[in-house]
Amino acid sequence: MTIRVTMTVNGEPLTADDVWEGESLLHVLRERLGLPGSKNACEQGECGSCTVLLGGEVVCACLVGAGQAEGADIVTVEGLGDGEQLATIQQTFVAAGAVQCGFCTPGLLITAFDLLNRDPDPSDATIREALAGNLCRCTGYEKILDAVRLAAERAR
Amino acid sequence: MTVSTEVRNRTAGGIGESPVRPDGTFKVTGQFAYSSDLWMDGMLWGATLRSPHPRARITSIDVGPALKLAGVSAVLTHDDVPGEKVYGLEIADQPVLAFDEVRYQGEPVVIVAADHPETARRAAALVVVDYEVVEPVTDPREAVGHPDWKPVHDEPGERTAMSRDRAPVHPHGNIVRHQRIRFGDPDAVTADVVVQGDYEVGMQDQAFLGPESGLAVPADDGGVDLYVATQWLHVDRRQMSGALALPEEKIRLTLAGVGGAFGAREDLSMQVHACMLALRTGRPVKMVYSREESFFGHVHRHPALMRYEHGADRDGRLVYVRAHILLDGGAYTSSTPAVVGNASTLGVGPYDVPNVGMDCWGVYTNNPPCGAMRGFGAVQAAFGYESQMDKLAAAVGLSPVEIRTLNAVSEGSILPTGQRIDSPAPVAELMHRLDAMPLPGSVDQDIRLLPGGVSNTTHGEGVRRGVGYAVGIKNVGFSEGFDDYSTARVRIELVGDEPSVLVHTAAVEVGQGLVTVQAQIARSELGVERVTVAAADTQVGSGGSTSASRQTYVTGGAVRAGCAAVRSSLFERAAARYGPGEFRLVAGKVESLVDGVVGDIASLLLDGPVEHTVQWRHRPTQPLDEATGRGNAHVQWAFCAHRAVVDVDVELGLIRVVELACVQDVGKAMNPDAVLGQIHGGSAQGLGLAVMEEVQVVDGKLRNPSFTDYLMPTIMDMPPMRVEVLELADPHSPYGLRGVGEPPTISSTPAIVAAVRAASGVDLKRVPIRPEHLVAAALCH
Repeated sequence: MTIRVTMTVNGEPLTADDVWEGESLLHVLRERLGLPGSKNACEQGECGSCTVLLGGEVVCACLVGAGQAEGADIVTVEGLGDGEQLATIQQTFVAAGAVQCGFCTPGLLITAFDLLNRDPDPSDATIREALAGNLCRCTGYEKILDAVRLAAERAR
Repeated sequence: MTVSTEVRNRTAGGIGESPVRPDGTFKVTGQFAYSSDLWMDGMLWGATLRSPHPRARITSIDVGPALKLAGVSAVLTHDDVPGEKVYGLEIADQPVLAFDEVRYQGEPVVIVAADHPETARRAAALVVVDYEVVEPVTDPREAVGHPDWKPVHDEPGERTAMSRDRAPVHPHGNIVRHQRIRFGDPDAVTADVVVQGDYEVGMQDQAFLGPESGLAVPADDGGVDLYVATQWLHVDRRQMSGALALPEEKIRLTLAGVGGAFGAREDLSMQVHACMLALRTGRPVKMVYSREESFFGHVHRHPALMRYEHGADRDGRLVYVRAHILLDGGAYTSSTPAVVGNASTLGVGPYDVPNVGMDCWGVYTNNPPCGAMRGFGAVQAAFGYESQMDKLAAAVGLSPVEIRTLNAVSEGSILPTGQRIDSPAPVAELMHRLDAMPLPGSVDQDIRLLPGGVSNTTHGEGVRRGVGYAVGIKNVGFSEGFDDYSTARVRIELVGDEPSVLVHTAAVEVGQGLVTVQAQIARSELGVERVTVAAADTQVGSGGSTSASRQTYVTGGAVRAGCAAVRSSLFERAAARYGPGEFRLVAGKVESLVDGVVGDIASLLLDGPVEHTVQWRHRPTQPLDEATGRGNAHVQWAFCAHRAVVDVDVELGLIRVVELACVQDVGKAMNPDAVLGQIHGGSAQGLGLAVMEEVQVVDGKLRNPSFTDYLMPTIMDMPPMRVEVLELADPHSPYGLRGVGEPPTISSTPAIVAAVRAASGVDLKRVPIRPEHLVAAALCH
């Protein structure tokens, strides 16, 4: 059996047809809606690489069933900037050297974006706690901390 | 003529600066196309059926039920492999698809292509494979000498073009390689102070985040195009050519975005399988491993059993080292021979030792195959020799820093292979600098920062602080006589009246920043700011492997040489235009050494582009003598040292690393920010091995193939780092640089373990440390 799923992604209403009911939101985004920015590193909610905003909440898109996303408002890494300019957190990830292989980056950007919306001036301990669900295998996290601190500073 | 340092310093974005990554914007916007992101109209999805048994005879395979499932296009077995049925990096002994026998759990048996990934997986599950289960060989000690040992392979594998000269596979047994090091008189010598220890290293996984994946597209000429994440395009192609029975020119590889590598992409995974399915169905085939499959789909770091004996005089000066190192290579050869080469030649560490007797074995078992991971043999040995140095320090009454500086190698030292260190080796300076760094404050009372974090059930009553030191040594580049080279095509031309440089190599960017540094080199060498690095593919000659910390050295060397050839051609044009003289290229201008600026680089390109393709090699190395280990086997050495500060809850067995300090000599920091990134990331992987990361294998079966159960450091586990970078030029390397990527992974593990020993008083012999190692020992006191 297949289903049709309609959702708003990065402000744009999108529909996916012939979706197998066992597919995740991540699969629909990546393979059906042409939005592969959210990443498929563990697909069981441990690494945070697929993190998106669903109705303003941070979720792992791999743990959300496609049908559960029906009618939802989704923001992915592709929607962080305004099309012309990168969001501040995107700029500081590049500037601070927080990107190496970059596979964790989309999820970290969404998580950090959400953190800074809630807490514009987070302490290091708060940043660490907020990003604890996002694995990075390349950077040792030092420059990711730098990037979040820098984004907070630039927003002030 | 050589370009002066002044020139290099004057073209913006050149070497020694940290320009932003050219792929950075694509990576933060989701536009960077990783190998799992690829998509084509009409493509099929591949899936793999793997052996559930570590060892079994295959008595029959029935693909019929799978073929009947709607949406399935192909179901292939070993009978469908067009060419050679086995492949391998150094020794061709690994089946493309299992025939007759499976030798490890997870060995590929059948591949499927279908119109949906779930259909492909379900079809694979419908294939009926009859196995006759055989008891696996799972203890490497049993594999090499127990009376009941059983051979894992009946016949030796074929040697390949990458085989080291001294990498024999024992024809009738389980020894992949036995390398002896005999230096001085290790058998007869005695010493006043003797310390002994047995050490064990668990199996670590590279755990890159981007799973094995790629897209194979059948081509009109009967060949195939593969877009894939790998570490060495040309060695993949060579192995694929044999298995697919296609000439290499009909197999075109293009590097897709690579989500980390760390050694796990050196061996083939889905490359041949996807191409077989694409060639059979005539349609593009995408394969993407799940995380669970990824744990079965690549080699891991060799587990090690080690026995060390160090003899010293009463002042702590080393007299001898005797050691046995046993590396479990698992079911197939992979790069085990080279890992044995590293572990044995670097097995006493960066110390002057007049007498060395070392035996290192790599063996076959029915455990998961092991091969390359960052640090490659040097990691395991360092845990052994650094544990011993602390034991020796305690025995003679010296501090960890004193025992290491007393015995440190330096430029001119002779290694146990007889090779002389002919470039700076600032081991003592690394230790002194670490020692001089300030220590962090006392135990933090924020409960989030206590061992165990918010899950802790105490308020830190049992928390003790400890400090530990370690230093490591790593060879850079391929050793033991391997013809290690890279190729660069460099083109300069006018693009919209502006001089523009294109650098094209097949060298693989895995995240470390190779694309950035290639452009930096071209800017400095050609005085042109606008540089594009073309996608890596097999349309240009081999770049060699992105491993052994070698790409900035070897492909960097090739790009520099390519630029030098281009520059010579430009100087001929300059001489024709401005008269004879010596020139240089700076920030878009042509300068005469006598007259100053004489024109624009752009004006030299009015006659058309200039392009050169060059191969570049590092200095040759020699094989090791099998019986004594003598030989100038290594190109270059790199040194790194760590100081770890830990808090240990000795009652709960929980560890928090409070701070890691690191000093590394990089020869020349080509891109200082990227150097720091390598040091941070490498140190984190060493931390993981020290306190949490282990692929747990019981009776040949993986017990934790997921990110739920295989633990690796999060941002809560990784402490702040203090880093100092030394730049002591190596006179033999381009720009004096040293490989950077691996050394920090080597010394962070033993430094952390030393700190935990200091905090807990427990004589830890194994990594990763588990809570029960600390608590059980405490209960025995």
